[in-house]
Amino acid sequence: MAKPTRLTVNGKKVSVDVPVDTPLLYVLRNDLDQHGPRFGCGLAQCGACTVHVNGDAIRSCVTPLSAVAGNHVTTLEGLAERFVERRKKGAGSLHPVQTAFIEHQAAQCGYCINGWVMTAAAYLDKKPGATEAEIREALSGLQCRCGSHMSIMRAVKLASANMAKDAA
Amino acid sequence: MSAHIGLNSLNGLSRREFLTAMGGMVVSFAVPTADAAHAAIASARTGPWPEKIAADALDSWLIIGADGRVTACVGKIDAGMGIVTSFTQIIADELDVPMESVTVHMGDTATTPDQRGTGSSNGIIDGGSALRNAGAEARGALMAMAAIRLNVLAAQLTTADGAVSVVGMPDRRITYAELVGGKRFDVKVSGKATPKEASQYRFVGKPIPRQDVEQKVTGKYAYMVDFKLPGMLHARLIRPPQAGAKLLGFDAKQKLPGMVKVVSRGDFLAVVCTREEQAVHAANALKVKWAAPAPMFSASYDALYRHLRETKPTVSEENQKTGDVQAAFAKAATKLDVYYEYPFQSHACMGPACAVADVSRERAQVWMGGQKPYPLRKAVAETAGLTQEQVRVTWLPGPGSYGMNDADDAAIDAAFISTEIGKPVRLQYSRADGTAWDPKGPPSAIHMRGGLDEKGEAILYHFESHGYSGRTRPSGTDSFGDSLAAQLIGGFKTKSTNLFQLPSESYKFAHKRRAAHLIDWTQSLNTGLRTAHLRDPDGMATCFASECFIDELAHTARMDPVEFRLKHLSDARHKLVVKAAADKAGWHARPSPSSRKTGPIVTGRGLAYAPRAGSVVAIVAEVEINIDTGKLRVTRFVAAHDCGFVINPTSLVGTVEANLMQAMSRAMFEAVQF
Repeated sequence: MAKPTRLTVNGKKVSVDVPVDTPLLYVLRNDLDQHGPRFGCGLAQCGACTVHVNGDAIRSCVTPLSAVAGNHVTTLEGLAERFVERRKKGAGSLHPVQTAFIEHQAAQCGYCINGWVMTAAAYLDKKPGATEAEIREALSGLQCRCGSHMSIMRAVKLASANMAKDAA
Repeated sequence: MSAHIGLNSLNGLSRREFLTAMGGMVVSFAVPTADAAHAAIASARTGPWPEKIAADALDSWLIIGADGRVTACVGKIDAGMGIVTSFTQIIADELDVPMESVTVHMGDTATTPDQRGTGSSNGIIDGGSALRNAGAEARGALMAMAAIRLNVLAAQLTTADGAVSVVGMPDRRITYAELVGGKRFDVKVSGKATPKEASQYRFVGKPIPRQDVEQKVTGKYAYMVDFKLPGMLHARLIRPPQAGAKLLGFDAKQKLPGMVKVVSRGDFLAVVCTREEQAVHAANALKVKWAAPAPMFSASYDALYRHLRETKPTVSEENQKTGDVQAAFAKAATKLDVYYEYPFQSHACMGPACAVADVSRERAQVWMGGQKPYPLRKAVAETAGLTQEQVRVTWLPGPGSYGMNDADDAAIDAAFISTEIGKPVRLQYSRADGTAWDPKGPPSAIHMRGGLDEKGEAILYHFESHGYSGRTRPSGTDSFGDSLAAQLIGGFKTKSTNLFQLPSESYKFAHKRRAAHLIDWTQSLNTGLRTAHLRDPDGMATCFASECFIDELAHTARMDPVEFRLKHLSDARHKLVVKAAADKAGWHARPSPSSRKTGPIVTGRGLAYAPRAGSVVAIVAEVEINIDTGKLRVTRFVAAHDCGFVINPTSLVGTVEANLMQAMSRAMFEAVQF
């Protein structure tokens, strides 16, 4: 067995002793008990498995463990805490995208919601105040079978506006 | 806000332990997290479980803990519409407790009454009314107990905030916890308690935010896929490469990382490995030989629809016969003769199904993510060779479901594999297993004929469908034979029933007939084209044909399509709903289509209506079509949705919006290719 792989997950340093070609999704879910990213297709077609690697949204179902060695991985469970640390907000705060999803009740079964929240959060972190057209483009690779799209769009637009105010 | 924890944290507990836990461990349940679920699951017990949870015992529905917290048990599941919050509102109102004190526990055969689960949108209809009645019974029982303890007549008592007090003497009060906390009511549901009047509700009818949304957007909501058992192995299936392909053999000596066993019976084939990614790899890498089958299906949709129209039906049904449709068509001054076709569609849920099964010689526990955990108990017993008392099925939230999707098949597959290997196993379907092999919404070829008399009056409506029963794969799984596993193994009977493809509408014409013909489809049973319930079973196909045809009739009669509907509809409520949608949309009365056009873009509008099981819905759609590219875009929907008494308008609006999106996708883009 090769050396364990070291990475940081939600601010915690971890070491995982599994083959380095193991998809990150399985490592997060089965070895590190992070259930925010979920298996939807295993083909990078739906986004349910999205996590942040050094702040960028990636599809963990097709990302081998080796690709994130030494990097910072954030899952849905750690999103609020990472945001709070960066913005020096009080504990208990959520990421503005999460707050907006709650405000607009943007979920049905919610299985896909990780993908929308994590993709929108990574995008708006870099581009607060993004327009509706930009948001549509940024979220275009995601799926929701229940059909929550309208409430999701309302939520992300609200988050974008709120984050622009915060950044100003 | 009250917690949705029952199902997530209690599924490992027997009912007695559950009651004990409610007395002693409530604090740990107060914040529902996956961790709490796992802690409870770790203490999973071994049964045997009661043959049934008595529906006539109040204790089956409501439990009041020593701290006054209320647990409502119901035989439904929440597929993502937020009915847990609605149930919480109902109980809080009926029992006069804060919403924060209520926990809803559902979908577990060992601890909740069998209401078969959720289907046909009956979560609120049946689950809500059962809980409302249970709440009223419990309040009556609590007042009777309080009358004795406070030494007054029950008529002098009132309830508020989890306590009974004497009217006008708020200090003479006794809490529910003091009366029955941690104990049983030991009373029968009499059916005589009177629920509150709607005017007395504080929570019901209010737009109260759903409790699950925050958990879902913070990663705390526990799904079926998150469930783990100690020592659990991971399985993946290897399905036939084509429908009807026969398994010739596999390389039993092949060395694959983590391989524990290949489970093979008939054409059923699965790999079991130590780790999940090993099972994914093994399912792809195992050398398997299949016999190429003779084609089982028509080569194209054109051929399929022709087959449906031309094959002698196995069974037919007709209704609403008025006048003489043949004669009326023969002598109509203007005739309409139109075909509408609707394809196979997939649930294509956001995640393919997942299930965990733990089967030994003494017991079987299955955790599944579908809508009907209760009937599955019998099917699992049959699969594992056990009695029902030795079986427990527990629902955990799935990746969306819109009827009979792949969840039940996964549960039976997992139970079968666990029976074969004698160890707990988690089965996760692949995306292809999910989309290719989930039961499909049935196709339909619909023939509509109509006509106008010399005066231009519409006099004829003749609906005739040719399709497959939407219950070729039954809508609940209470026998092993109903599962895909059984059909791949071969030799098992399924309890297919006839579901006739007929529209719901109340149009009146001088000559009318509706007929539905079902075509034999037994060859589909071991394939991915088994037909089953998919959201509004057959409704999209029959409504599409019937309502488009009504538009054609209106157009031919040179009438506004709304006016035409109002003229011919016979049900007063149907008319009101159609009118409500048209009014809200600002419908401009004129014959359709208009001649408006800006460059290559033409605009259009349409209205369709559908009554279904007590609900009546009408939708106005406005669309743009680029006549150069053919691209169609919906620019606006207006929905009138009369489903009766609304428990939670927020949840309802979210559900209606989501249905519009899913229906639009299915209408515009979706057909299963085969």
